[in-house]
Amino acid sequence: MALPVYADPLERIWYYTYRVICALIFIFLIAPILIIMPLSFNVEPYFTFTSEMLAFDPAGYSMRWYDNLLTFGTAAPDAVRDSSWWADVWANAKWVQAAKNSIIVGFFATIVATVLGTIAAMGLSRPEMPYRKLIMAILISPMIVPIIITATGLFFFYSKIGLSGSYFGLVLAHATLGIPFVIITVTATMMGFDRSLIRAAQNLGAGPVTTFFKVQLPLITPGVVSGALFAFVTSFDEVVVVLFIGSHEQQTIPRQMWNGIREQISPSILAVATILVIFSVCLLAVVELLRRRSERMRGVTPG
Amino acid sequence: MKNLLILSTALTSFAYAATAEEVVLLSWGGSYGKSQTEAYLKPFTAETGIKTTMVDADNPATPIKAMVEANNVTVDVVDLEFADAVRLCDEGLLEPLDKSILADGADGTPAMDDFLPGAVTDCSVATIVFSQMYAYDNTKFPENGPTTMADFFNLEAFPGKRAMRKGAKANLEMALMADGVPAGEVYTVLATPEGVDRAFAMLDKVKNDMVWWEAGAQPPQLLADGEVVMSTAYNGRIFAAAVSEGKPFTSVWDGQVYEYDVLAIPKGAKNMEAAQKFITFATGTQRLADQAKYISYGPARKSSGPLVGLFEDGKTEMGPFMPTAEANLTNALASDFEFWADRDTQLNERFNAWLLN
Amino acid sequence: MSNSDTAPEILRTVDGQPLKEALTRASRSARIRAFLLVLPLLVFVLLTFVVPIGQMLSRSVVDEKFSENMLQLGAWFAENDSLIPDEAAYAALVADLKVASAQRSAGNVGTRINYELPGTRSMFTSAARRADEMAPPFKEAMLAQDPKWARPDLWAAMRSASAAATLNFYQAALDRQIGADGTFEAAPENVQIYVKLFIRTFVLSVVITGLCLLLGFPIAHLLATLPLRYASLLMILVLLPFWTSLLVRTTSWMVLLQGQGVINDLLVWAGIVGDDGRLEMMYNQTGTIIAMTHILLPFMILPLYSVMKTIPPSYARAARSLGATSWTTFRRIYLPQTVSGIGAGGILCFILAVGYYITPALVGGADGTLISNQIAFHMQKSLNWSLAAALAAMLLASVLVLYWAYDRMVGIDNMKLG
Repeated sequence: MALPVYADPLERIWYYTYRVICALIFIFLIAPILIIMPLSFNVEPYFTFTSEMLAFDPAGYSMRWYDNLLTFGTAAPDAVRDSSWWADVWANAKWVQAAKNSIIVGFFATIVATVLGTIAAMGLSRPEMPYRKLIMAILISPMIVPIIITATGLFFFYSKIGLSGSYFGLVLAHATLGIPFVIITVTATMMGFDRSLIRAAQNLGAGPVTTFFKVQLPLITPGVVSGALFAFVTSFDEVVVVLFIGSHEQQTIPRQMWNGIREQISPSILAVATILVIFSVCLLAVVELLRRRSERMRGVTPG
Repeated sequence: MKNLLILSTALTSFAYAATAEEVVLLSWGGSYGKSQTEAYLKPFTAETGIKTTMVDADNPATPIKAMVEANNVTVDVVDLEFADAVRLCDEGLLEPLDKSILADGADGTPAMDDFLPGAVTDCSVATIVFSQMYAYDNTKFPENGPTTMADFFNLEAFPGKRAMRKGAKANLEMALMADGVPAGEVYTVLATPEGVDRAFAMLDKVKNDMVWWEAGAQPPQLLADGEVVMSTAYNGRIFAAAVSEGKPFTSVWDGQVYEYDVLAIPKGAKNMEAAQKFITFATGTQRLADQAKYISYGPARKSSGPLVGLFEDGKTEMGPFMPTAEANLTNALASDFEFWADRDTQLNERFNAWLLN
Repeated sequence: MSNSDTAPEILRTVDGQPLKEALTRASRSARIRAFLLVLPLLVFVLLTFVVPIGQMLSRSVVDEKFSENMLQLGAWFAENDSLIPDEAAYAALVADLKVASAQRSAGNVGTRINYELPGTRSMFTSAARRADEMAPPFKEAMLAQDPKWARPDLWAAMRSASAAATLNFYQAALDRQIGADGTFEAAPENVQIYVKLFIRTFVLSVVITGLCLLLGFPIAHLLATLPLRYASLLMILVLLPFWTSLLVRTTSWMVLLQGQGVINDLLVWAGIVGDDGRLEMMYNQTGTIIAMTHILLPFMILPLYSVMKTIPPSYARAARSLGATSWTTFRRIYLPQTVSGIGAGGILCFILAVGYYITPALVGGADGTLISNQIAFHMQKSLNWSLAAALAAMLLASVLVLYWAYDRMVGIDNMKLG
């Protein structure tokens, strides 16, 4: 969108103003995420920049809040940091427990959502699928229905069948919430899939199973993986359902954060937040790489 | 014979599984939760080997009701305000308390004579006396700070944001006392519709400058962050922040509302036996006295009184910080549990509608 | 071939079947195969999502707290149409209260009536406590206990609660209550909250969606018109917030917006506001609007971007060469082509905003909370689960209407994520 030669002075002014406006909006988008990073290294338990921090005085910065993530909840936080201290951290530290729970629940929820979602997406992307729109609408609805409604529904249902307060129940619930993302990404990949490739494979004598693993799967893998990542992030970030159906044992990272934020935003929360931001940068990088790979495989060239 | 052996092994392992119990205590978190961890949970596990877990809630009465009604009780012992315990007991949401499990005082006084009057009820036993009072930030009012409950509602003389608990209880009483109702008449006035209107009219004055807190840990945090200049709070939370963290908070005892805090077992608790053991242990003379080492709440047993000494820092005398200290009782109100057991729902409904309008 | 001139030849497959039939059969089995692939997931979603929500919503029309405990009174109501209770009615009431007292269910019974007539719960609990001591005539005994027992609206409320199925919770969710004559009327001004709250939720959602559009449009346009190399770099700035945890973003905003937070510090430092004039941007609607706009912005930018990318720049150039000013070109040529993107992004943002819970709960304070927060309140605090279900049903209905509109406008299968 270079400035055309016929632009009049007013348009020139607007052109630059527009760039400035866009820059400001980008700052609005990204600044809140970046601002917490330096603050998480604050020596003081405040959420604003101290004069030492602004002067880049090393005394203004510390790792104490990150350290606190390891020691919070342990039996002997001040003990010598030998193997038994680390064992204590691994077994008792609240944030470590929360991370373990989040990863376990997220992992299994992702598996369930991805396997069921991918198989279903294969059906949904076939032109002969009956009631396609209706079924699609039902499968996407967990993303649309307000989370509080889902959570209350599951609260009563799980209480009745005895699944509340169990990891299994939480995995099922999170899988349901992740399914729309798998469906959307995988069907999107399959829509761009050239179906004559399947016929070609079959003409060359491949059975349906071989066709799937040798032809279809490699082409849709990027979509499946990014769908899986979406599903994982959905579970990893979910707090309302956990609050309603989880017992004290299912303490996940978002739930621990929620408790922390409600009572007091200690800089430990900012330390967790910083780690999570770095985590999402990594995920985003993976998804971006996959997208490019998929475009390359399908012959679309990025600029 | 072989079958019998397998059966008995299975039974033993089952019995073993049953004894490998745990007690889950649902309580209020923050510095109060810490005082219970130090005074009850840790020594209990050390003595009995039963694992203990602490779960936090803003007010444990609400999740308990939801748990019992949904038939999904995941905690074994719950820490409640007295009026809530009476109400939940009336509604059949708590297990009746077997009074014979209460330990006699360390000095040999029989349990029922050792607890303060009214501390033991059908379903619950009191551990401490706590109070809702208010505290202000010294740095905002270095001289001539607020001294009375009326000052809390006086925005002209003491400008700045305030915080109160999001709920009707204690706030309405404080509003009436600020409006000049003597402590002795608060509940008579509040029992009339006009009295309720009067209390809400008083709250109206500060509504626009109010931040509402829900968890007990929030008031000290709001004060420390400078979000508010004064806040009602549980007295122990202010004490913990002021004494152990050195925050510049001053407590105002005028118009304080004090009440018992109790332990009870929710109906359908999974570890009944261990829960009873825990209550016996936690309400013992020494344990109640120990708790006062960590937070400024008065023990609900006479025999614990003389054992209360210094704060964990080893130099602060706890006595003057207790809600029941004589100097703090000049204009104080004992919360009326019958009043609140009957009217909690109704007044909170009114309060919530008022809040949203 | 001999009969080929007498009748048109039926096309057949190799094994001799008529081709038409074989094709029908093949397409039917293809349909079944496709459906079988979807079936496991469909069953899963029905079981873990549709059924639980359906069951929860059914609570909005059922409440058994009164009907299952007050059996004798229920029988009296079934036999008598009269609104004026006789001695037999009071006798049934006392008998039921005795049972309720023994079973500790008087609180539940009172709670159910209290939903209709605030302030009556304690009448039931205190009467139940004394029911054992009561002797006939029961009418006098009850009225001596509390003269309010004669109120017709109370008896109307008990009659309506004696059936488990009820629409009263929808009446309550529309701010209506049982009046003195036993029929429904508008609740007093100071307890009318739900309609206001629905309106507030929708107004705030419109504001947030509007802000998202205002901020998202220039960004999407920029991304769609920049060379792809720069665009995909800048796109990361849009996608990063999208991938970042919701709680992290809400926390950030709390850090930025609070009284002693970064923005206020900056303003004080710059001398724009005094130290005692710090802006209140949190625990009110401002906080909810700012934080939710930030959170929902990517949901606006992404659909807009995917539409704008398909708009050929030649149209605008043609308009310019025909003499249109740049503003006219934008208004008459470019904007109309982006309408489908605006619709897609707008509805998506609005749907997500209407049902938002976490962010308003953390930064909303008293006047920045939405209908979801009130549902949570009735679920977790007041425990009026039927009212929560009624509110949830109304919220869900409006979301589903929007969802349907989205499907009509955009098509669910065109939804894109990054």
